[in-house]
Amino acid sequence: MRCRKCKDRAVLEIPRHHTAFCKPCLSDFICAQAERAVTEEKMFTKTDRVLVAVSGGKDSLSLLDILRRLGYQADAFYVDLGIGEYSRQSKARVEQFTSARGIPLHVHELKEDEGAGINELADLVHRPTCSVCGTLKRYHFNRTAVELGYHVLATGHNLDDEASRLLGNVLHWQTEYLDKQGPTLPASMDGFAKKVKPLFRLAEREIAAYAIVNKIDYIVEECPNSKGAKMLLYKDILNRLESESPGTKQAFYWGFLAKQEAEAKTRPSMTENDRAVLHPCITCGQPTTAETCSYCKLMARAKTGPAA
Amino acid sequence: MKVLLNHPVREVDVKGPRRVKDLLKELNLLPETVLVVRGDDLVTEDDMLRDDDRIEIRPVMSGG
Repeated sequence: MRCRKCKDRAVLEIPRHHTAFCKPCLSDFICAQAERAVTEEKMFTKTDRVLVAVSGGKDSLSLLDILRRLGYQADAFYVDLGIGEYSRQSKARVEQFTSARGIPLHVHELKEDEGAGINELADLVHRPTCSVCGTLKRYHFNRTAVELGYHVLATGHNLDDEASRLLGNVLHWQTEYLDKQGPTLPASMDGFAKKVKPLFRLAEREIAAYAIVNKIDYIVEECPNSKGAKMLLYKDILNRLESESPGTKQAFYWGFLAKQEAEAKTRPSMTENDRAVLHPCITCGQPTTAETCSYCKLMARAKTGPAA
Repeated sequence: MKVLLNHPVREVDVKGPRRVKDLLKELNLLPETVLVVRGDDLVTEDDMLRDDDRIEIRPVMSGG
């Protein structure tokens, strides 16, 4: 198979775009798609400071690499969840990646600051580990970006992540979550960082290929807590559809975004909605819809034990 | 050829030569969910694998 651009030997076929690329042309394609996402969705500019949440996986390390290559001021933030060997290995990948490239890295250690790792915290509050993990990561991503003065927080969510999440929300008619499924969430009020997903135009297979051809040493192992997760099932189903009908994932997610954009003109903006319901948490000051934010509630429960 | 698989990590022997797409079919793997790595290089579905090759089949799905 030959590269459609330069006719050199192809390393990746992309059926949804009816194309194939060699190593250099693949990297150019990936960077161009990320750049298009950043500019079209008005995520940030070259003068903004961007904090990239990194996990040691292919998506977040590739995102950091791509943004730096494109000339953006992107630094790294890692939350050490304290999941034994898995966290040790993922942290080592992040430290090695950032130190080799001279990228500033900020680290939050759950065991130091919350007093326990994610599995112990989930046990203490009797909640599913992935749910506790989501609450903690969202809280620290936002708080760190705001406190350290970054203009925007970027995550490595890709087309597969967003399409599978959309499928899960639609299957359960969780329409209240659909508004927040766009690639750019505004900094609606004080204490809220703007949040963006510059890889939403790229499938995870394409990003994994980018990581491999650019020799990015990422953690291949899955988080041990994700075994049996619903999102993996939805991804698997979407991949079967994609194999039979290339372009299904992008038609599903991008089609949803186009509908959202068309409807946005007739509805209150996300900023207006947020400002109507959010106010500072009485404990930590971060925006919340309740008196106390979900992070502070969770930590209070972890200290006192779950309510009967 | 030696084929390294992940999740869980294991190695299997498969007789070559054969095309990547045929190997994936034999291992019951969807091409959309994996990348095939030979040495430092990615190979595409119509590439031919030799009997003395060592390859890795890298899953691309992540997240929970």
